[in-house]
Amino acid sequence: MTSRARRLLPALGLVPFLGYLAIFLVIPTIVVVVGAFQDQGAPSLTNIRALATDAATGPLWNSLLLSASTAVIGAVFGGLLAYAVVTGSPQGMVRRTVTSISGVLAQFGGVTLAFAFIATLGFSGVVTEALRSSFGIDIFGSGWLFGLPGLVLVYTYFQIPLMVIVFLPALEGLRPQWREAAANLGASTWQFWRHVGMPLLTPAFLGSTLLLFANAFASFATAAALVSQGNPIQPLFIRAALTSEILLGRQNLAYALALEMIVVVALVMLGYALLVRRTSRWLR
Amino acid sequence: MTHVATRDAETRLGVELRLEDLRRSYGDLYALDGLSLTLAPGELVALLGPSGCGKTTALRIVAGLDEADSGRVVVDGRDISAVPANKRDMGMVFQAYSLFPHMTTQQNVEFGLKLRGDDRGKRAARAKEMLELVGLSQYAGRYAHQLSGGQQQRVALARALAIEPAVLLLDEPLSALDAKVRAQLRDEIRRVQLEVGTTTLFVTHDQEEALAIADRVGVMSHGRLEQVAAPSELYARPVSRTVAEFVGLMNRLPARVVDGRAVVLGASLGLLEGSISSGEGTALVRPESVEVHAAERGDARVVTVSFLGPITRLRLATSRGDELVAQLASAAAAGLEPGSAVEVGVAETPVLVIDAG
Amino acid sequence: MSVQRRGRLQAFRITVFVALGLFFVVPLLSMLDFSTRVIGGDGRTWVNWQALWTDENLRGAIITSLLLALFTVVLMLVLLLPTMIWVRLRVPQASRLVEFLCLLPLTVPALVIVVGIAPVYAWVTYFLGDSALTLTFAYVVLVLPYAYRALDAGLSAIDVQTLAEAARSLGSGWGTVVTRIIAPNLTSAILSAAFISVALVLGEYTFASLLNFENLQVVIALLGKSDAGAAVAASLASLVFASLLLIAFSFLGRGPRRSKEG
Repeated sequence: MTSRARRLLPALGLVPFLGYLAIFLVIPTIVVVVGAFQDQGAPSLTNIRALATDAATGPLWNSLLLSASTAVIGAVFGGLLAYAVVTGSPQGMVRRTVTSISGVLAQFGGVTLAFAFIATLGFSGVVTEALRSSFGIDIFGSGWLFGLPGLVLVYTYFQIPLMVIVFLPALEGLRPQWREAAANLGASTWQFWRHVGMPLLTPAFLGSTLLLFANAFASFATAAALVSQGNPIQPLFIRAALTSEILLGRQNLAYALALEMIVVVALVMLGYALLVRRTSRWLR
Repeated sequence: MTHVATRDAETRLGVELRLEDLRRSYGDLYALDGLSLTLAPGELVALLGPSGCGKTTALRIVAGLDEADSGRVVVDGRDISAVPANKRDMGMVFQAYSLFPHMTTQQNVEFGLKLRGDDRGKRAARAKEMLELVGLSQYAGRYAHQLSGGQQQRVALARALAIEPAVLLLDEPLSALDAKVRAQLRDEIRRVQLEVGTTTLFVTHDQEEALAIADRVGVMSHGRLEQVAAPSELYARPVSRTVAEFVGLMNRLPARVVDGRAVVLGASLGLLEGSISSGEGTALVRPESVEVHAAERGDARVVTVSFLGPITRLRLATSRGDELVAQLASAAAAGLEPGSAVEVGVAETPVLVIDAG
Repeated sequence: MSVQRRGRLQAFRITVFVALGLFFVVPLLSMLDFSTRVIGGDGRTWVNWQALWTDENLRGAIITSLLLALFTVVLMLVLLLPTMIWVRLRVPQASRLVEFLCLLPLTVPALVIVVGIAPVYAWVTYFLGDSALTLTFAYVVLVLPYAYRALDAGLSAIDVQTLAEAARSLGSGWGTVVTRIIAPNLTSAILSAAFISVALVLGEYTFASLLNFENLQVVIALLGKSDAGAAVAASLASLVFASLLLIAFSFLGRGPRRSKEG
């Protein structure tokens, strides 16, 4: 055996792993990308063009709106929570408890979360009934919980902990010496934040917000469990394209919609990677 | 102590800094137990001591980053104890990591001036002046991560001095650097300080540093000042065991005090203040005060020989079982090897005799 | 820091913790209350919780999901652990590729993978039948990023190269090296990877529902339409269980490393 071939031999050990991923990750992605440009088995731009119709841009726009709003809300409140944690003692119970709980709640999604909010603010939810009987307030109304506003509230529940997890390391990277040096050179608290604190934290903050955006945009299960009527957001619209009898034969539309999702998420993650690269050098 | 021959005491600028009876405790722990110290205008005083002795706490209280439980800090006659840290007109150099990473060297140095409201031209001129002073003019556009540790500290020094502070505070500025850089940089710091003439408080745990550059050194232990004196005084006439053992190497030899004199290794020596007045004790003797001659019938043996360039250190053992270290010019130690028989004596210098045990 | 500033900071912190604490705790408590309520009456009832084993569909789904979790963990370890060790020992140039591939599922939404995986699953069910347990293959891909990170952290903490060389010089073959020398030193990393995989599998809905299988979350969602109380009880149960696993995961990740630094 030639020495070149012998050197490549150990690489064979990776075949099972690479093969597995090829079948269950790479092929599905290729199916989506290729299928978006096909219709009934033949190359076509029908489905790509269908993305521009009102029926398709509506859900996309709602998804973008939902993701953006929950990203911003999650970023602001999560940022405040992270700041409250980091200003405490580094080994204290508070930090460890909040970090562990955030780890749990950030994964808390889907069906379970939907039912948590149904149990709280649904028609016969605990808070709904309490407000109804004690104050005569009807918080349920016409069921806003099961539409876009409800999704905003529910998504915030996992966006805030995710922000804490992602942003806390950046806050921890803000060295106390910078604060003290700035004070020593004459800076007030406001001046410190304006000239040192915020410039250093802004890229990390924006990057984390983008991560939250991608996270909300890709979420499916929570909405699937909460929303029973209509397809207000992109993931639900994809489900309809896949399963609805009315849209029989529109399998490829689902591919086009999924491709659209890949593009949005890829762009957002690219922005995240660029922002994080700058700060990792400063806040090591 | 290094001198710059061009200036004398009268032409120094700077103001007086007084620490009056500072006390600080954390629960049961006394970080500072009544520290009082006065720095003359333009003086560089080093606070020296092991970690936990309170020196950094004292510095931070002067800077306003920490609050004393009681006591005052007085600058140029004004009590500034209640003044917040950002209004104290002091420059501080931290141990490490204090440069703002998102600003260039020049922007870092200009930062204090910017906060003061100086216009761009004035700031740039002053920054240029400061960077020239520390020898880093061509690094004005670099960022902190592009500079070595020593260069970062020089920038930190330039930044602290740019605002023309009344007092300069240095918190172990050399501890995070490696040995060679440390020696070079401490001379740099002293040179700059003498040129600018600012009253300076320098905290360190490295006695060589303190002795090398300070006008006076204050040795601290357990929140208190044991002795404040010029380096040579501290070295030759320590007033307590802590000071004697912390500064330089010390031999501990059995001694007997009789009639105001100490008898050590057969020699009769004068007593330093603070010694016991009579009876058996332990004399603290410097290695360079130990006299060694090769002698066939000598009552001591050489155990190890350490050649250190200009000087040689010998570890000796006497027939009575005492162990001591002697330091000689290398020429004088020629011919001595492990196992050589020698005679040991003590030079005629006063010694500190403390309680045995 | 001045006393004044410290006081303001403490006030801020307390406000934040209380306000957000309420936001997060209220839904959880509501679930507990809701699932133990007697409809149209007072007192507590456990009938909704009993549904976890009395309701056939729910019970079956719980078993299915637990089996899925088990199979996923086993397949993930069989696939990932030898590969990662092999890369460290023999093909270090491939480490960046492996890392990239393992973190890829983080950026490709599960929904997108499901959409494209349907043709692949047509083949899988053709060969292996209709069981929901075939979801294992897809689930391994989903847990890949998290399991990779846990195992990578564990491998970084031990010097795989030196251990392997020492074992080989004493005469053991590669199989022994992996199973008897390296794996035992990775127990906490393996457990972490296992815990987080189980938590993810138990909470998974997207794949199961769009591929028309019935796992725990799918059944809970269906149940919600007819028996909200039981659905909430099941949700809370699965949440509590997953949380315990995740908390164990976060503590495992920290403990042994501390002793190694000592």
